[in-house]
Amino acid sequence: MTVHADRPTEPSVAGATATHDAPPPSRRLGRSLPAVAVLVLLVLLAAVPLFLAPFEANTLSRILVFALFAVSLDLLVGITGLPSLGHAAYFGVGAYTAGLVSIHWTSEAPVPVLLAAVAGAVAAAATGWLAVRSGGVYFLMLTLAIGELVHQLAQSLSDVTGGSNGLFGIPSVRVGGEPLTLAGYVYWYILAVALLGFLGLWLVAHSPFGGVLRGIRDNEPRMRSLGYSPFRYKFVAFTIAGGFAGLAGGLLAGLVRIVNPSDTGFTTSALILLAVILGGAGTLWGPVLGAAVVVLVRDTFGPQLDGHGPLLLGVVFVVAVYVLPRGFAGLSGLFGRRQRFPGGPA
Amino acid sequence: MAADPRGEETSMAGWFDANLVSILNGFAIGSLLFILAVGLSIVFGMMDVLNLAHGAFFLVGSYLAVTFVAGESWGGFLTALGVAALIGLLAGGALSGMTEPLARRPILDQALLTLGISLIVAEALSIIYGNDVFSVPEPPGLAGSVDVAGSSYPTYRLMLIAVGLLLALVVWLVVEKTSLGALVRASVADREMVSALGIDNRKVKFAVLGVGSLLASVAGVLAAPVYGARPGLDKTILILALVVIVIGGLGSVRGALVGALVIGQVESLGRALFPEIASFILFGTLALVLIVRPRGLFAGKVAH
Repeated sequence: MTVHADRPTEPSVAGATATHDAPPPSRRLGRSLPAVAVLVLLVLLAAVPLFLAPFEANTLSRILVFALFAVSLDLLVGITGLPSLGHAAYFGVGAYTAGLVSIHWTSEAPVPVLLAAVAGAVAAAATGWLAVRSGGVYFLMLTLAIGELVHQLAQSLSDVTGGSNGLFGIPSVRVGGEPLTLAGYVYWYILAVALLGFLGLWLVAHSPFGGVLRGIRDNEPRMRSLGYSPFRYKFVAFTIAGGFAGLAGGLLAGLVRIVNPSDTGFTTSALILLAVILGGAGTLWGPVLGAAVVVLVRDTFGPQLDGHGPLLLGVVFVVAVYVLPRGFAGLSGLFGRRQRFPGGPA
Repeated sequence: MAADPRGEETSMAGWFDANLVSILNGFAIGSLLFILAVGLSIVFGMMDVLNLAHGAFFLVGSYLAVTFVAGESWGGFLTALGVAALIGLLAGGALSGMTEPLARRPILDQALLTLGISLIVAEALSIIYGNDVFSVPEPPGLAGSVDVAGSSYPTYRLMLIAVGLLLALVVWLVVEKTSLGALVRASVADREMVSALGIDNRKVKFAVLGVGSLLASVAGVLAAPVYGARPGLDKTILILALVVIVIGGLGSVRGALVGALVIGQVESLGRALFPEIASFILFGTLALVLIVRPRGLFAGKVAH
């Protein structure tokens, strides 16, 4: 890369392309720099348990889980322009599924999380068609209602879910019959699954399918006149997002080994939406950052406020709406490149 | 249909008698939901403000009742109502100012702002009152039960039904028969035209949000002798109110009334007859209505 940077023609080419409306940044730089950064990040992430205390590895594990959850929501909010207020429903369905599978059948590594993903997708398909069909502000209200109804269900079906006490006694995740007990191994397991999840969501967002979703976000009537069925695409996006949320929920069940009704509820949905908006909708990396901030605020400062973390989060919400309308990703726009507007007309 | 546990009687009249208390409860819940939902619906329909803090304002009213109603006394109850009305009015006014810079942004931003406010309000209440479940006594004279068609029924809930119906009538008269109501309806239909006629939209917004939020906090006081006050009640109530206005159609007074009565019955009868799956019945009703009428039963002229 330094070889290219030495060439005198290179900067001018980069400068010329950057003035276009939708600038593909210098192709070599654009391709190789993120690749190297991702590689370095992966090595760092993988090496973390070697020099972090178990508690910190645990916090990082939780950040990874919520980051996957946030990116799955961003597929809806940022890519498709569907701001869901009930995404925790599918996260919760996944968490309960993985918990129940682990307790009653097997906690052998891929089984609980895979079934959690399937359950999340099925639940999203079963409920989402109504919300997706309505659209606009009805979508906000319906997803909120769906989320809260799943939450009430988790609370009232106490024979299955443990009610308000939560589902506890979830056994450790097993790999090849051996239970993962050390925080470092659990972290590696979560890192591996979360990375696969990120990859899956990235592929969806960057596939032709993802392109259609962006088209629907930006101009639904145009996509309809081009012969696409916005409903069908939005419905499939909702189902996929539900599946990945379920996967994240399954990871949470394996990590904390207890599932509470609140994991399906309004507060969790709001929290994860905050992570997406705070990070910057539509960027996929923004929500990861947002999730890290939200988890740290909740778990680090929350306990110092006698468990009134939501108070602090409420303040973050209000401030973010006024100060960071495009999230952290919007801040990066201050350093040169223009950002595309995330989110469509809601 | 579930078999009647008390015997062979399955005739319509027998079923009605057996479930009279649940049906009356449904009307009482429906009355409360109407008071709550009509504010939410008009605020959204007219002013484009999606107030997700509506449930939190309701909870403020419930805790005010906890504070002021000590023992059975009309004084405490009326004080709670007055203070709740004042606080609701101020909160709505503040919200009107806070949402002004967000008017041209996606509705999601308002949702986030009001979500944040509701988190702050709910947590502030739990800091002040703790996580206890409070019950609130009825005002004197309304504490007992009366005989309704052979079943004994709490007097206070009968009064709730009456207050709800009375309020529905008042709101309907104001919206349909007064010049103020004409302004409300005109703003729902065409806001630009109304402001072009020289009416300050911000003042109208201030007033409508104030009254809408006042209705929420007053509903909280009225509901306190039935539901008490506890953390989490704000969300439950908000969901019910949202379901009501989605079923009824945004911005429609008639829709809010019909939606509230339907959801009141679904809640009450659903919980009495099928307690395990009551939540599903609520959602099923919502789904059923939206399959037939995607914009609600009485969709207003709101273009959302």
